[in-house]
Amino acid sequence: MKGQLILIPGRSAKQGVGLNKGKLKDEYQKVTTTLEVSFEDAARMGLETGDHVKISNNIGETNVTVKALREGKIPEGYAFIPYGPPSSCLFDGETCGTGMPASKGMTIDVEFIKKGEKKKTKLPPRTAAG
Amino acid sequence: MSAVSKDNTIVNEKIVENATCTFCGCCCDDITLTVDMDKKVVTKAKDACVLGKSWFLNHVIEDKPIARIAGKEVPLDDAIDEAAKILIEAKFPILYGMSDTICEAQRQCAPIMDDCLGTIDTTTSVCHGPSGMAFQGVGEPSMTLGEVKNRADFVMYWGGNPAEAHPRHFARYAVTPEGMFTPNGKDDRTVVICDVRHTKTAGVADIFLQVKPGKDFELLWMLRAACKGVEIPDNCKEICGIDKETVTDLFEKMKNCTYGVIFFGMGLTMSRGRHFNSGALMALATDLNEFTHFVAKPARGHGNVTGADNVVAWQTGYPFGVNFSRGHPRFNPGEFTTVDTLTRGEADAALIIASDPVANFPKPAIDHITSEKCKLISIDTKNTPTSEAAHVSIQTSTYGINTGGTVYRMDDVPISLRPAFDSPFPSDLEVLTKLRKKVNKLAKKLNRPYATKKYI
Amino acid sequence: MSNEIRIINGIVFDPTNDIEGKVAEICIRDGKIVSEVSKSAKVINAKGMAIMPGGVDIHCHITGPKVNLARKLMPEDHRLDPHFKTPNTQSGSGGIVPSTFATGYRYATLGYTTAMEAAVPPLTARHALEEMYDTPIIDNGFYVLLGNNLFLQSLIAEGRYEEFKEAVAWWLNATKAYTVKLVNPGGDEPWKGHKNLNVKDIDEDSKATDIAPRKVIDAFIDALHELGTPHPPHIHCNNLGHSGNFDTTLETMKTAGDRRLHIAHIQFNSYGGELGKSPKSASKEITDYVNDHENITCDVGQVMFGKAMFMTADAPLTYLLRGYKPQKWVNADTECESGCGILPFDYQGMIYTHAIQWAIGLEIFLLSKDPWRIVLSTDHPNGGSFMNYPMVIKLLMDYEFRKEAMKHLNQKAMNSTILGELKREYTLNEICIITRAGPAKCLGLKNKGHLGVGADADITIYDMLEDKEEMFNAPRYVIKAGMLLIENHEFVSDYTDKKVLRVAPEFDKDIEKVIKPFFDDFYSVSFRNYPIQDDYLHGHGVVIDSVKKNSIHEN
Repeated sequence: MKGQLILIPGRSAKQGVGLNKGKLKDEYQKVTTTLEVSFEDAARMGLETGDHVKISNNIGETNVTVKALREGKIPEGYAFIPYGPPSSCLFDGETCGTGMPASKGMTIDVEFIKKGEKKKTKLPPRTAAG
Repeated sequence: MSAVSKDNTIVNEKIVENATCTFCGCCCDDITLTVDMDKKVVTKAKDACVLGKSWFLNHVIEDKPIARIAGKEVPLDDAIDEAAKILIEAKFPILYGMSDTICEAQRQCAPIMDDCLGTIDTTTSVCHGPSGMAFQGVGEPSMTLGEVKNRADFVMYWGGNPAEAHPRHFARYAVTPEGMFTPNGKDDRTVVICDVRHTKTAGVADIFLQVKPGKDFELLWMLRAACKGVEIPDNCKEICGIDKETVTDLFEKMKNCTYGVIFFGMGLTMSRGRHFNSGALMALATDLNEFTHFVAKPARGHGNVTGADNVVAWQTGYPFGVNFSRGHPRFNPGEFTTVDTLTRGEADAALIIASDPVANFPKPAIDHITSEKCKLISIDTKNTPTSEAAHVSIQTSTYGINTGGTVYRMDDVPISLRPAFDSPFPSDLEVLTKLRKKVNKLAKKLNRPYATKKYI
Repeated sequence: MSNEIRIINGIVFDPTNDIEGKVAEICIRDGKIVSEVSKSAKVINAKGMAIMPGGVDIHCHITGPKVNLARKLMPEDHRLDPHFKTPNTQSGSGGIVPSTFATGYRYATLGYTTAMEAAVPPLTARHALEEMYDTPIIDNGFYVLLGNNLFLQSLIAEGRYEEFKEAVAWWLNATKAYTVKLVNPGGDEPWKGHKNLNVKDIDEDSKATDIAPRKVIDAFIDALHELGTPHPPHIHCNNLGHSGNFDTTLETMKTAGDRRLHIAHIQFNSYGGELGKSPKSASKEITDYVNDHENITCDVGQVMFGKAMFMTADAPLTYLLRGYKPQKWVNADTECESGCGILPFDYQGMIYTHAIQWAIGLEIFLLSKDPWRIVLSTDHPNGGSFMNYPMVIKLLMDYEFRKEAMKHLNQKAMNSTILGELKREYTLNEICIITRAGPAKCLGLKNKGHLGVGADADITIYDMLEDKEEMFNAPRYVIKAGMLLIENHEFVSDYTDKKVLRVAPEFDKDIEKVIKPFFDDFYSVSFRNYPIQDDYLHGHGVVIDSVKKNSIHEN
């Protein structure tokens, strides 16, 4: 249960909202540790949404949670993660004379750690407001 | 103004009309805020997007010390004195950040570094810094956002995800609004999205182009060649992932529109090629002016990062990555940009204003800035990993909510803020003005010999 | 420290008060010129030196959004010309578009103490004001671009002149401007809305609003005349830079009738010849008209060889020039209001067109009869940097120097100009008029450009040198608002208390009800957030009063 992907970190609305609530709060932490991969890659590596994996490269490593996206949302072989401390762990300080570290498109190793908790499928009771 | 709340207690309510949200570079200035003046919170932010709502509604006056040195609470002036001393004594002081504060505060920053013979850099260097460099190389045809609303019949987003990063960009400026010469809104426009991922933004597209990651430059250059009459190559799909017919059709649409615009994001500036990518896009927009009116614009991120660019540029001549160690500004991205000065372990003091490198920077840079070798000073409105790691940490009030001032929208249009309620924390402007004075005083005392010779 | 200064033994040039090279004492107290000061006043011995009022630049591009774009565009140029920090002043970058700090200091080192930014779109006027506050020493004001304002054009087209006048007054107040600038009126709409076209004739209807440039020009001249602004509309004529454009310029001036009008950088509008071919000089036709019409004032926009930067609201022109020299190019459209083009350039003496432009500028200087109505400018940085002013002065004051310079330029151009026959040499007094007293009068600045009691104590003291370029390049003393800033060529103090000059004509508040619906529909900022608050003047705004007159010589 190991594989290589190319990581493209970026902004997301959830990450932005989390940022406003506070970077030291749970929500931000949760958002920035979610790794989005294509359904095909997940299947190939035997991963499911909610699984915990270790992603690493020659710079550093970090633990994140997998989210598998349906076909076409993200190309096979690539993974997306919102900006945050976990993605920073993998950035190289080399900027090739621009000041901008290569923050998109680094190769990472993905390694399975443990199964995620099964999501409760039961819907919460309807409130009066619907 | 008074009103009755749900549980029948009188609340002291205030309405702020035409407030500006400074979360992203859209700087929407049409927000109506409802403020509970007793509790000091914004209770409603009418017309704000999901990011704007969370920006306003989550803002609370926290109970925390204004100034700390090594974690201990101290009077503000002591913290400023300590910060000034650190900066003036440092061999290689750097100042970084500035994107989330007003221009009036930003204007204090370069003079501080001028006195310390230090280095000033803004978050631009890890955002659209490469676009700034490309601009220096090729220029850029551009516009204010109202022109897009009034005229653009061809709108393209390249390597950006405004649906998530600038949620109101579509509705307020570029896709749906009904303008002077676009009376039918979206029906009068062709909307094209080019990205490596099928993002939320892709949903609004008339045409979605999923370019191979890292192949933006190739596609841009094909289009530039097309402007000069070169046919799109047959192996186009192999090269960039999009077939020849689609690219040819895209080029025809670009050529034949009346007013075309491309917004581009960090998909271009952060990938391999960086400033070559943004440069190719700006050059393409320039080339297209042979056929029609065509413009391009980077979709800038944080509230006032555009202001930071402008202020540093008018004070020093360069937009970011400026060093004063020889007694005049010098610009060299890769040398004086913050990721580099930290990664190489050069900076021995860092003044971080309204930004969070400890959370966002590459690991080697974080390792240095949090180490003993670099004295860290933080001026920020929120607790962040940077403020927590700082030796001197000063908490300030939030721009656009607690303090007024000027911000620049992503299209360089300056907008004045309308604050909602006071804060017990000092403003960035107050803190930085004091720091500037203090540093200036210490510098005068040092009476350093200033350079008068050119090294070119 | 005493705030009094007494300057003794100097040779005073004060043309406004009919003093020409006479030894006299100048006394200063609290930033003003007074008749007498106490014995404890600081004494400056100016023996053998020329005392003049501080210089006034009526037309330059030094602050605001387009200037900053040009600044960002030129790192390679800044790098060659660092502006060093001193114990009393900040560092900066020089070059053709210097940083704000360097701009202020460099103007001061030429003896200039006032400079007017010539083109700012209303939407981004805040930016210009912010930059002004970071431009030390010199007092500033700016001209607001209204000539291509679609709302105002629609009022003219509909013949609603009363409302038009009120709206112009509203805009002047809302932006804190000094006067209205018209740039290629009617030219923006074909450019932005019709695939990069331009308007070609002053009587041609521009496609979008069905209104000819002449109607726009006439309406603005009339409105400002009625409002009595101290300076009339400041116009960058249609067809600027094109061969054969002098006709358009003459027609523009005729449109004014006997009402006041200022023609900016008139050199660029004095070309004969055929459209699309090499320009010829039409300086005679232009100066004849100007000489005969006291209502017209102008600045020259002298072209100087070396680096320049096109930086203008005339976007189609810049794009056209890019065709000759494909360089990095910036275009900046401002919604409903303005266009803008930026292009780095250099003027070369061996090129026919550049050499003839240089000659035409000098011809205009030398053929004009009333120095009060012709102002020295290079349209910085369009014709060259303001740092060229001392060289322009030498060219005007020294016939032999001019002859020598002509030898090194394109001879075809030199043979087609009458410059060699013009033996006139400007006197020091005339130089004092075209650089200080005249522009102050053209602007209606009663407290500047002269040394009479009550005037602002903005004073420059030059060593009397044979080489006039050297003389005007380095004043020995510069005093700004009564403060000694430059002493023996060195900065002894910084000065950031500079003023922002503006007008505030009265208007009917109800006009906002007419303007607002247009804003709500077509602008991207809220109407309420558009007018600039007084805060942006930092307490340094100075309102210049309105006076209605038909010539600067009227009292």
